[in-house]
Amino acid sequence: MSALVIAEHDNARLKPGTSNAVTAAAKMGGDVHVLVAGQGCAGAAAEAAKLAGVSKVLVADAPHYAGALPENLAALVTPLAKGYSHVVAAASAVGKGFMPRVAALLDVAQVSEIVAVESPDTFVRPIYAGNAFATVQSPDAVKVVTVRATGFEEAAATGAAPVEAIAAGPDTGKAKLLGQELTKSARPELVAARRVVSGGRGLGSAENFRLVEALADKLGAAIGASRAAVDSGFVPNDCQVGQTGKIVAPELYIAVGISGAIQHLAGMKDSKVIVAINKDPEAPIFQVADYGLVGDLFQDVPELTAQL
Amino acid sequence: MKILVPVKRVVDYNVKVRVKADQTGVDLANVKMSMNPFDEIAVEEALKLKEAGKATEVVAVSAGPAACQETLRTALAMGADRAILVETDAELQPLAVAKLLKAVVQKESPQLVLAGKQAIDDDANQVGQMLAALLDWAQVTFASKIAADGGKLTVTREIDGGLETVEVALPAVLTADLRLNTPRYATLPNIMKAKKKPLDTLKPADLGVDVAPRLKTLKVAEPPKRKGGVMVKDVAELVAKLKSEAKVI
Ligand SMILES: Cc1cc2nc3c(=O)[nH]c(=O)nc-3n(C[C@H](O)[C@H](O)[C@H](O)COP(=O)(O)OP(=O)(O)OC[C@H]3O[C@@H](n4cnc5c(N)ncnc54)[C@H](O)[C@@H]3O)c2cc1C
Ligand SMILES: Nc1ncnc2c1ncn2[C@@H]1O[C@H](COP(=O)(O)O)[C@@H](O)[C@H]1O
Repeated sequence: MSALVIAEHDNARLKPGTSNAVTAAAKMGGDVHVLVAGQGCAGAAAEAAKLAGVSKVLVADAPHYAGALPENLAALVTPLAKGYSHVVAAASAVGKGFMPRVAALLDVAQVSEIVAVESPDTFVRPIYAGNAFATVQSPDAVKVVTVRATGFEEAAATGAAPVEAIAAGPDTGKAKLLGQELTKSARPELVAARRVVSGGRGLGSAENFRLVEALADKLGAAIGASRAAVDSGFVPNDCQVGQTGKIVAPELYIAVGISGAIQHLAGMKDSKVIVAINKDPEAPIFQVADYGLVGDLFQDVPELTAQL
Repeated sequence: MKILVPVKRVVDYNVKVRVKADQTGVDLANVKMSMNPFDEIAVEEALKLKEAGKATEVVAVSAGPAACQETLRTALAMGADRAILVETDAELQPLAVAKLLKAVVQKESPQLVLAGKQAIDDDANQVGQMLAALLDWAQVTFASKIAADGGKLTVTREIDGGLETVEVALPAVLTADLRLNTPRYATLPNIMKAKKKPLDTLKPADLGVDVAPRLKTLKVAEPPKRKGGVMVKDVAELVAKLKSEAKVI
């Protein structure tokens, strides 16, 4: 038995999520290899080689892996997968894109967003926005699994695995990446942050959202948001926390002016400590909050920022 | 361009489902069912492309029990031209759905399949990508903006760090994200009209597809419950508790 973890990276560094996927893969039994496919990705490969539990890093370096296009990644991974019992990746936008393709090409099921490994063929995954947890068993020869980062610790950087170049797969030419608009921020990355301050519709405007930002900056926290806040244009899309946004589980999650819809809770209710500030004492967010404060955010949030 | 829109009948997004006491699944008795919200967005986008003269026909397709006819009628009432039900009472997993859709695509020859990004019941996020792989087509998931120009599509998609723009040639499979559009409501006259629109029914066997599930569900359990918290009276008490009790600041 051995697992192949497909790394997610920006060529220089690994993205958060990959090292959690390595931890999950190690629990599936057997060796763990990591595949780094990119363009000029030696930096990411070196980082992957340091992850505890990894016994080999494979590198496919070619221009057509620059944009992590799913057609090209799947064409590379599918033939390699046949030599492994498990193919594993983070349940990120990239992982969600190419992994089902790999599964279909292998004619196997994919197990999406697992949060626990029960045995080499049995996994736990949330369904219905996290309102139920299904334990599923896969009879397939190759198990294709995506991993929810919050379910697994990060692998320590204590290893020293050999790095081996492999031949690139074909450039399918099916899609062309025209450009990316990445949100630039000095704040910690949302999915990996130890503290998150999220704002909702209650903030009322992009301008007022600065109250959330000021609190986040005081705490060294990442910024999150509800769908309503994103749809209203207060913050960029990639701040959305929830069933269809980012899944986070920081040590501290502060929800400001967020009602606590099922879909939002799905993305944050595994946080260690949850604080909710909302003027409506009936808001469902209080049902999951460790500390609830009923009050006007326009008064309470600046006060909180000042008192920290 | 002909567009195929796969629509799934799921528990309405407002329902908080309960796990059955025997842990075999969730309790769906007397629960409101609706079209998967992402599929409504996909239907809306297909209709917009048709209204803009970029598409000629919009065909909705659903796989599942006879009750999926309701979902298809909703798509027809929104404006889809025709519907296809692949009727089965069998449990359908994403790979099986993708294979059924592939067979429908081979029968119908659409140039574009516009699916939802994720079904809100199984939260799998697989079918569109699997279908694209089985057809050997390009895929663009998590679409938040679509521009069609001849045989090419320029699609903006939501990624973890922001947005990216991808160009694909048709045929292709796209999956809709939340911000692609706001779906229209079906009006009463259109609901009436939809009753007369064609809805064909096929069986998986007609399409030569084996839908037997691969994954075995051993149990479905309640998620870990959070212990009830406390209400604090003011900011000062909150700060004190975060410092001395929770020790997170
Ligand atoms: C398919 C689907 C997927 C979805 N996915 C997601 C998702 O991933 N993430 C997500 O978040 N949502 C998601 N949603 C949307 C979700 O259902 C809710 O609509 C959304 O979370 C509501 O955002 P909100 O809490 O900011 O807004 P609201 O529900 O409008 O709540 C605003 C809150 O602010 C409070 N407030 C107002 N003014 C003040 C003030 N001055 N001081 C203090 N409090 C104040 C109000 O009391 C209220 O509780 C999804 C919906 C669908 C259909
Ligand atoms: N039974 C089904 N019938 C029709 N379309 C489906 C079905 N299941 C899934 N889909 C489509 O595939 C998308 C993704 O579903 P999933 O991969 O199950 O999360 C949905 O948004 C639908 O567009």
